[in-house]
Amino acid sequence: MNRFRLLPSPLDTPTGTRASRGLGIVVLLGLVMLTLLGLFFTDEDVVQGSTVRLMYIHVPTAWVAYLAFIVTAITSAMYMWGKQHSLTFDRIAGASAEVGVIFMGLCLVTGSLWGRITWGTYWQWDPRLTTTAFLFVTYVGYLAVRDLGGSHQQRAKRSAVVALLAVLEIPLVHFSVVLWRSLHQEASVLQPNGDVTMDGLMLFSLLFGVAVFTSLFAWMVLHRQRVLMLADAIDDGGLEAALQERRNEAN
Amino acid sequence: MTQNSISTMSVARAIATKDLRIEWRSKVLVNQVLPFAGIVMVLFAFALDNDGILQRVAPGLVWLAVLFSSLIIVQRTFAIESADNALDAIKVAGVSSAGVFLGKSVALAVQLLLFECVLVMLSLVLYQVQLSWGGAVLLVTVSVLANVGIATMGALYGGLGAAAKGRETLLPLLLLPAVAPVLIAATRATESAFGVSGATLGEGWPWVALLAVFGALFGFGGTLAFGVLTEE
Repeated sequence: MNRFRLLPSPLDTPTGTRASRGLGIVVLLGLVMLTLLGLFFTDEDVVQGSTVRLMYIHVPTAWVAYLAFIVTAITSAMYMWGKQHSLTFDRIAGASAEVGVIFMGLCLVTGSLWGRITWGTYWQWDPRLTTTAFLFVTYVGYLAVRDLGGSHQQRAKRSAVVALLAVLEIPLVHFSVVLWRSLHQEASVLQPNGDVTMDGLMLFSLLFGVAVFTSLFAWMVLHRQRVLMLADAIDDGGLEAALQERRNEAN
Repeated sequence: MTQNSISTMSVARAIATKDLRIEWRSKVLVNQVLPFAGIVMVLFAFALDNDGILQRVAPGLVWLAVLFSSLIIVQRTFAIESADNALDAIKVAGVSSAGVFLGKSVALAVQLLLFECVLVMLSLVLYQVQLSWGGAVLLVTVSVLANVGIATMGALYGGLGAAAKGRETLLPLLLLPAVAPVLIAATRATESAFGVSGATLGEGWPWVALLAVFGALFGFGGTLAFGVLTEE
């Protein structure tokens, strides 16, 4: 391991900057505020009681999960069709997918808990739920493809193609599941509450939650993408150090 | 341009013929994978243990058995290539990767068609479903189009696994979620063809359209993507 220390280590570079630390503090305060709003300041729902409080994290996690996959798709396309084939886009795509998978997992868990209390069941074969589960599995596969090894450019190309194929897959999955359910199940217990007039503070808390979680997403992707950049630099540095060592042996 | 397209097609024909010839001579599919599919059909009957239920879910069981078998067939078709680094040799030879993809897909689709014929016949015997002439026409159309979808996706992700040596275990994770629309559409159309669950023949044909869209989309997408996915 000593030979790696002969060269300046990429680990000497911090992943935080003044701006990202500022964003981190804002996110932290926002999360505290959201917790207070969700648990104490907002009222119970007339029909759902305290269960409605789950909505303040469920909806933002769902939003962030879908946003993450849109970011992955766009940055993958920018990598593929950019003249430079910049690895930065690839790393943002990867970081965004990682964060997206975590949030989609949280979204499925919070949704199941809400469903258990409200519908009496953890799972409904509703098109939206089913598509979300498929999206989750598809991006777990995407992350596995990123982990296949090879050069950085190879990883970037493979994963960009898989991400773009997923963009084709997901609408087809959703469409087929919608058709599938429409033949088998009448409008079920799942009646979206969107038509219920929402209390002003509840609506504010929901939108505030979305804003806080979006900032959290930005903060996480920013740092994760920098960590990925350092990991790539260590890979490259390790190769350089090995080459240097062989050259020294030859002399 | 013309010369390119001719060469892509001749590469596709050569690859497909080679793959099918290897299977014809080695008989691995017929001797090993087909019995596996048969056992799966029997195991389904053990697990569900009720004639009424079996008859109702027979279309889904047929297509599940096809999907499980397709995993083995895809792995087998790329194991042939990676055994002697044949995929690398093909790449070094500079032949069109679209041609390789199309050839692999055609060979896979032909093998899957054989499986479907056997599995449908098994379901007629084991699960006591009925098949009219109209149903048979629908079923053949569905099988051909579903095969295009499964084979193109299989060739695409199978190629990816083969290029990243030793990572073939990734195939089910990538392939099964991707072909879920094929499973849904093919199962519903087969329900109509068998006339189970109160489905009429006419209800089956709209699903054919979904299968056609899926096949066309990923046939085209796969042709473009295969080269990048299998690049060293």
